[in-house]
Amino acid sequence: MNKQTKGNNSMRFGPGRAAVPGEKPKNFKKTMKALLSYLKPYRLKLVFIFIFAIASTIFSIVSPKILGSATDYIVDSLKLSGMVDFSRLFYILTILGALYLLSSLFLYIQSFMMIGISQKVTYALRKDMSEKMDRLPLKYFDSKTHGEILSRVTNDIETINTTLGQSLTQIVTNVCTLVGVLVMMLSINWIMTLVALLILPLSSGLIMLIVKRSQKYFANQQKFLGEINGHIEEMYTGHIIVKAFNGEEDSIKKFEKVNNKLYNSAWKSQFFSGLMMPMMNFVGNLAFVFVCVVGGLLAARGSVSIGQIQAFLQYIKQFNHPIAQIANVVNVLQSTAAAAERVLEFVKEEEELSEENKHAKIDQNKFKGDITFNNLSFGYNEDTIIINDFNCEVKSGQKVAIVGPTGAGKTTLVKILMRFYELNKGSIEIDGVNISDMSRDNLRALFGMVLQDTWLFNGTIMENIRYGNLEASDEEVYKAAKAAHIDHFINTLPQGYETVINEEASNISQGEKQLLTIARAILSNRSIMILDEATSSVDTRTEILIQMAMNNLMHGRTSFIIAHRLSTIKDADVILVINNGDIVEKGSHEELMKRNGFYANLYNSQFKQ
Amino acid sequence: MIKLLKYYKPYTALILLTLLLLFLQVMADLALPNYMAKIINNGIALGNISYILIKGIQMLIIAFIGGLCAVGVGFFASRIAAKSSMHMREDVFKKVSDFSNAEFDKFSTASLITRSTNDIQQIQMVSVMLLRMVCMAPIMGIGALIMAYKSSPSMSWTIFLALVIVLSIMITFFFITSSRFKKLQKLVDKLNLIMNERLTGMLVIRAFNTQSYEEKRFDKTNKELTSLNLFVNRVMTFMMPMMMLIMNGVSILIVWTGAKMINMGALEVGDMLAFIQYTMMIIMSFMLISMVFIMMPKALVSGQRIAEVLQTQSNIKDPAENKTKYLNKGESELKGYVEFKNVSFHYPDAAEDVIHDLSFTAKPGETTALIGSTGSGKSTVVNLIPRFYDVTQGEILIDGVDIRDMKQNNLRDIIGYVPQKAVLFSGTIESNLLYGDKNASEKELIDASEIAQAMEFISEKPQGFDTEISQGGTNVSGGQKQRLSIARALVKNPKIFIFDDSFSALDYETDALLRNQLKEKKKDSTKIIVTQRISTIKNAEQIIVLDNGKMVGKGKHSELMKNCQVYKEIALSQLDEEELQ
Ligand SMILES: Nc1ncnc2c1ncn2[C@@H]1O[C@H](COP(=O)(O)OP(=O)(O)O)[C@@H](O)[C@H]1O
Ligand SMILES: Nc1ncnc2c1ncn2[C@@H]1O[C@H](COP(=O)(O)OP(=O)(O)O)[C@@H](O)[C@H]1O
Ligand SMILES: [Mg+2]
Repeated sequence: MNKQTKGNNSMRFGPGRAAVPGEKPKNFKKTMKALLSYLKPYRLKLVFIFIFAIASTIFSIVSPKILGSATDYIVDSLKLSGMVDFSRLFYILTILGALYLLSSLFLYIQSFMMIGISQKVTYALRKDMSEKMDRLPLKYFDSKTHGEILSRVTNDIETINTTLGQSLTQIVTNVCTLVGVLVMMLSINWIMTLVALLILPLSSGLIMLIVKRSQKYFANQQKFLGEINGHIEEMYTGHIIVKAFNGEEDSIKKFEKVNNKLYNSAWKSQFFSGLMMPMMNFVGNLAFVFVCVVGGLLAARGSVSIGQIQAFLQYIKQFNHPIAQIANVVNVLQSTAAAAERVLEFVKEEEELSEENKHAKIDQNKFKGDITFNNLSFGYNEDTIIINDFNCEVKSGQKVAIVGPTGAGKTTLVKILMRFYELNKGSIEIDGVNISDMSRDNLRALFGMVLQDTWLFNGTIMENIRYGNLEASDEEVYKAAKAAHIDHFINTLPQGYETVINEEASNISQGEKQLLTIARAILSNRSIMILDEATSSVDTRTEILIQMAMNNLMHGRTSFIIAHRLSTIKDADVILVINNGDIVEKGSHEELMKRNGFYANLYNSQFKQ
Repeated sequence: MIKLLKYYKPYTALILLTLLLLFLQVMADLALPNYMAKIINNGIALGNISYILIKGIQMLIIAFIGGLCAVGVGFFASRIAAKSSMHMREDVFKKVSDFSNAEFDKFSTASLITRSTNDIQQIQMVSVMLLRMVCMAPIMGIGALIMAYKSSPSMSWTIFLALVIVLSIMITFFFITSSRFKKLQKLVDKLNLIMNERLTGMLVIRAFNTQSYEEKRFDKTNKELTSLNLFVNRVMTFMMPMMMLIMNGVSILIVWTGAKMINMGALEVGDMLAFIQYTMMIIMSFMLISMVFIMMPKALVSGQRIAEVLQTQSNIKDPAENKTKYLNKGESELKGYVEFKNVSFHYPDAAEDVIHDLSFTAKPGETTALIGSTGSGKSTVVNLIPRFYDVTQGEILIDGVDIRDMKQNNLRDIIGYVPQKAVLFSGTIESNLLYGDKNASEKELIDASEIAQAMEFISEKPQGFDTEISQGGTNVSGGQKQRLSIARALVKNPKIFIFDDSFSALDYETDALLRNQLKEKKKDSTKIIVTQRISTIKNAEQIIVLDNGKMVGKGKHSELMKNCQVYKEIALSQLDEEELQ
């Protein structure tokens, strides 16, 4: 419903998916079971909660009868002696007051505990999702939009949070009320009870009718809401293009169309769901009159007292509510289950392969940085192979450049080197150790990486640079910023290093963003450096300065550089020219120019008119 | 906030009608206990069945009318709420569509999206509630008060007592929770933000092994949110049992005092029962009002956020009098001279100018190139031409007319803009290209794609022009996205082209091919190109060199090589001495 672009630093989680009444889970039973397993640690507490709920319900059911008997007592004693015995009345009312007090107290204890549980479950679910996120393979995220995942962490979990605890207690209390009220009515008079029950088919029929209708319109409303929110999101994020191409009018026209549809389903769903109350009230009144008539007949014969009728009438009022409520709870539970299903799906998703038995390590002191690629094959999915039988040897301390047209597989190579994706075939060895024998953490600790898509987060510039090494001192951060030639720019900002990068990182230019991420990588001070189009938006003069700084920094260390701008890579020790996932040429700039092949052609195209 | 009321103004009559229906509904509800009392007092107590029947039928009729009124209230309330929010949503959308970059910078896109979606939804929900339930409260409360007074004036003090207690509890609650609700919303936003950052930065996070840091960051907010939620919810649920207790306590009090009065013969049993019912209604109405206290803080925040958007005026306005003589791009009179005259500019809220006193003219049939270091203001300069921002000093003229004297639509009609970061919309390749010109023929689409060097990969796709594009264009590669975004501008066939570093994702060969085609096929147009690549602009008729927002050189490549130090440095950083010749 709410697709997201995967742009860097895009904050586009605007509209969310609220719980959709009437939304059905694929497998209600299974989901509920899994969800209930989150409640397992609280078994004992839940038992208490249910006991309290039942007790509180029973008290609130019994009290009308006692209140009725108080009235009776007044009437009777007046009839008999013309006087009310206040000490007796006081006694009745004290008992009643105690019951009321207990009922409220139990109700509160019950909700207090339930809230504790549902908040803890919510916390646990969020935490599980958060941790899960770091253990899922990147592949998983390729097929999901950010919006989908965000919506699970926020909206779906919120739905579970607000509905789960409430629904569970509501089911218990309502069933309990229903049974209890029935018992009480029967205990007063079975004939009147029978009359009251006559209403039952009518009320349940009405409930079904309304629920069905309102569900349909709710689903529609949700659909159009999703549509309109999607449109809003897309138009706002692309507003420059909308402006530049005078697309406002079309965009507004489309908006109005959907908005109109939304209006139609919105008021209908509101209207139908609001019908429940008046309908139930009327049915209640109908029952009231019936019971009065029958009660009057019975009272005339002296088989019931006024107080009893009065109590009975109160019960009738209580009788219809639980039915409507249960219908509602069932509905709510369904959408809870649908939300839970999405959350649990995420939590149960298959993780990256376990690494417990991977102890291969490279001794930092003896680290050289020889890298061998043996017969690599890789594709993001089975049927399209991107890298095909790739072989290469990189010597310690070499500066390796990778060039080639867009889509050749340069970034892909980096991604498999750092094991963001697992190889289909072949192996990569660093200093003779197969990288798939190392744990991912150990492996990645060797690399400092800068990607073309800059990633900065909503924090200060200081925090963003320090991200490369969380233990770094302020001095080290300044040093890294100087090496990346961004220190001067930062110092011209009014807040300097404490300048907060805004949520969309729109307050600094694209090139400046790249420089910040380079500073971050420099700070990380890793053994192997990878720069993937890291300076594409940086001007060439600054780039040369950065390169000089890098050369000093990386002296004797292996580095990989990917760039379109060939001036960037001319002084590399080895240039790998890649096309369609294969190395087509390999050598230094001079060698390749002499060969007059693919690279020379690429290089000379710079000067073509 | 008050401003939003105007959305309900057209429905004044309907709202009054709804309130009338509400009034009738409440009156019916109020009449019922009276009937019940009569049925019990005179019917059941005296065993008068026909009396019960007559009164019973009367009561049902009243209940039915009351029910009908309630249905009517529901009908009108839903429609009014839905319709007014529809208009509100529309106005906000139109307003934002009119915003310039300055306003987008100010609010942030994410926030504008929430304001147009969630906030309005919130208002809609609250307005139904208000119309349906909350307006009912005062009517019911006052009505019940009168009825209760009528049935037993001497017992009214019990009601007064109950109200004092209820009110003081509600006010206490309000003070405890209202500030915390705001904080709750902030925490939810923060959780969202962290999660989104973790999603967009997944590669970086894994590369730097900062997973546990991120998890801790998330966990901290998660903990804060949980404990605040716990507190707020526990306080909120305190309300219900408390109110129940008060209601029940009051009914005991009434029975007690009632019994005394009955004893003295000053009250009938039925009246006492009715009095209890009315008291319940009064307390109930106060509980309804208390819902306002619960919903209001949230709704107020939403309303304020919407009003903020509606009150913000776009910095960039159309002139009162449209001086442009070319109402459409086809007019032959339009030549396409773009002249910067002593232009200075600073971003809103920024103290310093990013562009200082810039003057140059881009001529039709020529290429004007902008080059300079990162952050020197190149993008800023070109963004001034389609009036994404307005200059703060000086003026920009097209064929001698100040662009601020043209209608924005007319101005943008003659400009083909390709941004630094390519943006595509969901749909197909074709629908994206047609965005340049709805009425373009298929041949024009193919021509444009050919110039943009996009035809090759389009024809390779099984569905060709009908290939689906997902939102943001995530399913095509960076270079392909850029070429489509160039083709879109070409379809428009404008007089003036602006390319903001739009060739950066293209390899040099494609870049060269594209520029040659452009030169050949779009001979007469004015081309303004921002770039980092010397080779891209070596043959430009005019090159403007920017440094820190100042022009430090203007001229052709050969001239600048001789007399512009900055340019020479840039050039030498890319090409060898001999290659530059
Ligand atoms: N996450 C992904 N899922 C599927 N295909 C992908 C993914 N990322 C890249 N590709 C495809 O793999 C190919 C190589 O991409 P990439 O390595 O990014 O190229 P480049 O050489 O420009 O860095 C391209 O055709 C691209 O469309
Ligand atoms: N929306 C904005 N708000 C405030 N400052 C901005 C904004 N956009 C850019 N800047 C600042 O203005 C300067 C010029 O940016 P820009 O024109 O994007 O440079 P470039 O020459 O790299 O295209 C930079 O220092 C940048 O930080
Ligand atoms: Mg720029």
